[in-house]
Amino acid sequence: MADSSVTHGHGAHGEDQNLWGGAKEPMKASYGKLMMWYFLVSDAFTFAGFLIAYGSLRFSSPTWPEPDFVFASFPFVKAHWPLVFVTFMTFVLIFSSVTMVRAVQEGHRENRRGVVFWMFLTILGGATFLGSQAYEWTTLIKYENVTLERNPFGRYMADGELVDASGKPVMENGAPVVVKKDDSYLLHGHEHDGKIELEKKYIKYTSGNYAGQVHEVSQGPKAFGALFFFITGFHGFHVFSGVLFLTIIMINAMSGLYVSRKNGYEMVEKIGLYWHFVDLVWVFVFLVFYLL
Amino acid sequence: MDGHQTYEEQKQLVFYGLKLLAVITVVEVAFALFAKGHISPTITFGKDGGFGQALYMVAMVGASAYKAYFIVFYFMHMAHEVRGLVLSVLLPTTLLIWAIIAFFQEGGSWGSRREQIKEKNLEVVQPAPKPQGYYILPGTLKG
Repeated sequence: MADSSVTHGHGAHGEDQNLWGGAKEPMKASYGKLMMWYFLVSDAFTFAGFLIAYGSLRFSSPTWPEPDFVFASFPFVKAHWPLVFVTFMTFVLIFSSVTMVRAVQEGHRENRRGVVFWMFLTILGGATFLGSQAYEWTTLIKYENVTLERNPFGRYMADGELVDASGKPVMENGAPVVVKKDDSYLLHGHEHDGKIELEKKYIKYTSGNYAGQVHEVSQGPKAFGALFFFITGFHGFHVFSGVLFLTIIMINAMSGLYVSRKNGYEMVEKIGLYWHFVDLVWVFVFLVFYLL
Repeated sequence: MDGHQTYEEQKQLVFYGLKLLAVITVVEVAFALFAKGHISPTITFGKDGGFGQALYMVAMVGASAYKAYFIVFYFMHMAHEVRGLVLSVLLPTTLLIWAIIAFFQEGGSWGSRREQIKEKNLEVVQPAPKPQGYYILPGTLKG
């Protein structure tokens, strides 16, 4: 029963069979499974290219937005909870990965009901993740005005105090507002003639190369927005297409299509490989964007 | 693929995996918040731009690499595939080690060139002394 996936129905012909006929499986994996692995290798290189580009651009910038300042919103709560929501998203993906393993195991046992049940939970997990990502993107785009080429999140290059346009110190509770090197800021935006304009802040540096000079507090590194939306978007697209294929395969499993194939629900195993890969990529997206 | 494992053992592995990934993730996030001053404002070694931050990054990368290893080898059953398949998938990815070193080096270099340009822009250059006594070719003096 548990061995049913090894033989794949047609793998066991004699040694004298024509080796070019495709009956022999050189890596003891079916053609489809092997090709899924190699697709995932190429996909891993695509993601690695993106993440390495993020790394080199980050290294090339004098400052970089601080993740635990940028990613701190939570649905329905007006609070600054750094990394909490994205941890929830990570858990959703871990859970859906676990339910996927269970679906593959039930497939090996040719248990149709089990396959469908665990695949359904996996799809729910994927959909929850996509919804969470939609929330995260909405917060960034709509309320914090991050776009592909605008990044209101930054960090001060040196110590200083905030001043207004005429050079007078900005007072808060009767004392001038002092900021330190590497403190994070967000330039709030407001709509003006249908366009978003970021607030103007000025800083009088008290240390570093520009000590004594007044500078406008500028946007953070612009590449941040484009990198974030492209990389998490590309990952989200993988989740989306994964949910789509999981749904198709779950419907096929419900219809009894794989029962007749008698190959241990190999199609479930293949989409399982893809789904775990999506979780695997998230491990690194999570590391690079949120932890480092 | 799991011919040598019973169904019960397989199920146990799944829940072990769930616990492992969840615990590593929670520890990672807690450590991130701790190292970046969210638990005690005086502890900020995770963003000091020096040795502390390097150590922090190595710990985070290590924990994530372990999660990746577990997912690939146990959830994706790489541990039960034949050697040829394992190597044909894993060996190509070692190229990424080169890519990471090369492109991070390149990025760091862009950064230091930018800093250099900024410093040069701040330099005050003394104008060269006016040359004394020279000939002007006939017809070149205008105005």
